Amino acid sequence: MSSYPEKQTAITGIGQSQISRGADKSALGLTIDAAMQAIENAGLKRSDIDGMACWPGGGGEANGFAPVSIPALQDALRLKLNWYSNASETSGQFGALFNAIGAIAAGLARHVIVFRTMYEATARKTSFANALNKPGERVYGIFNWYAPYHVYAASLQQALFFNQYVHRSGIRPEQIAQIAINGRRNAALNPAAVYRTPITVDDYLAAPIIATPLRLFDCDVPIDGATAIILSHRDAARDGPNPLTWIEAVGSSMRYRNNWVQLDALSTQAQPEVARMMWNRTDLTVKDIDVAELYDGFSFHTLNWLENLGVCGLYEAKDFIADGKAIALDGEFPINTNGGALSAGRMHAYGQVHEACVQLWGQGGARQVKGKGGQGPKVAALTTAGGPLAGCFLLARD
Amino acid sequence: MSEFPARPLPALTEDTAPFWTAGERGELLIQQCDHCRYYIHPPTGFCPQCESRETHFQPVSGRGFVETFTVNHKQWMPGLPERYVLALVRIAEQDDVRLATNIVGCDPDAVTFDMPVRVRFEQAEDLWIPLFAPEEVFAPENAA
Repeated sequence: MSSYPEKQTAITGIGQSQISRGADKSALGLTIDAAMQAIENAGLKRSDIDGMACWPGGGGEANGFAPVSIPALQDALRLKLNWYSNASETSGQFGALFNAIGAIAAGLARHVIVFRTMYEATARKTSFANALNKPGERVYGIFNWYAPYHVYAASLQQALFFNQYVHRSGIRPEQIAQIAINGRRNAALNPAAVYRTPITVDDYLAAPIIATPLRLFDCDVPIDGATAIILSHRDAARDGPNPLTWIEAVGSSMRYRNNWVQLDALSTQAQPEVARMMWNRTDLTVKDIDVAELYDGFSFHTLNWLENLGVCGLYEAKDFIADGKAIALDGEFPINTNGGALSAGRMHAYGQVHEACVQLWGQGGARQVKGKGGQGPKVAALTTAGGPLAGCFLLARD
Repeated sequence: MSEFPARPLPALTEDTAPFWTAGERGELLIQQCDHCRYYIHPPTGFCPQCESRETHFQPVSGRGFVETFTVNHKQWMPGLPERYVLALVRIAEQDDVRLATNIVGCDPDAVTFDMPVRVRFEQAEDLWIPLFAPEEVFAPENAA
């Protein structure tokens, strides 16, 4: 198994800006904060960084979805790069990390800074900025076939997929609620989370329905914030201040129809093949996972991933979750330990990467998980999801 | 659905224009392979089954089934009704052709999985937007 190139790459540093429901500085300013923190955290200098990657790239300034481009950050930091790439059409948000693995494995770079910045909290204060489609507009692109049907947000599409899952699995609202409740319980132990007041099943049921079966607390929280990760060649990682933490296996496939209407299986989305690819590239099994940061842009994604990673069987997440004990910090399969996107804020998968490192490096404080052997977690699973897109990887340390 | 704000509309290409305009004649057109008769959607001019480039737009029955749906509850903008149904309908002719649509002509809470539906069209500028209503709406005793 050692030939897979991802095993030759390691996360050596992490950084995160202040996360808020309205920042007091620009999106670029937040990104610089995260980047400089990550470089310092890796024990590196700006001059050591020779690669840059991000998801999706620039061009989403108005709606805050993609407010900082590679050129903007590279120039701000005056970095001298041997390789750089944005990554909008990839296997979910982790595509930027997967590209960086390729660049490092190909010898194009030694230390790649990977970043994701969101400025959606500010953008939504000033306009109808989150609209996928706008009245009076002729719509191009991947949501073209949804254009005339009053589909103004991703939540409407996800509700379509989620509803079929609910129909087939028989999961009940109070079981679904445990994903949001777990996130909020963990966020209470994370000073950086944007929502930290615990919620109950009654709170979940009393909150507005967005689009059946999606309720308010099933949807992640738009924020302003940036995350940066330093991905390094494993040989170059050994000298750093953080424990050697390598990419054990990736799932990056696209073996289904890549289309938001025609995707092969609505109720599992694109996850089964992506998970299969990851497990085919490692000797580890699902039993080895100590902590999991499962994408929770919508709680449905997390339910999907519990099943598609093999933690439980198809349509059995409802029984696995039950009253929430199994997924809690001291449960058999702790998930979304910083509160996830539902409560810590929508860092769009990169908050999860940051948190997985915090956990693997034993820096979780009050929310630190103990790991299967009680000696701290050694293996973390990370996933992204959304319609036809999915990606996943395992992070491991000695 | 006439009380709704104006629908955003798809930008057309040479491939997609027939689908969005044939409603003027009351036809639901789906691209079909001349050789193996596979329905190709979205239309591309290439049959993924037999690799033929020879295709045509075929009027289909307009009948289908609700593959999945959601009842929207959030007023995303002024003028938008509180509740409406977004659905994916699989056409009767081929299970793997799905159309995003609104279900109209019934109470939003009456929509169910696998419910039989039939197309009707609503004009929007130069386009004719396929919508679907429960099949029973078209029964002679219910026909308007």
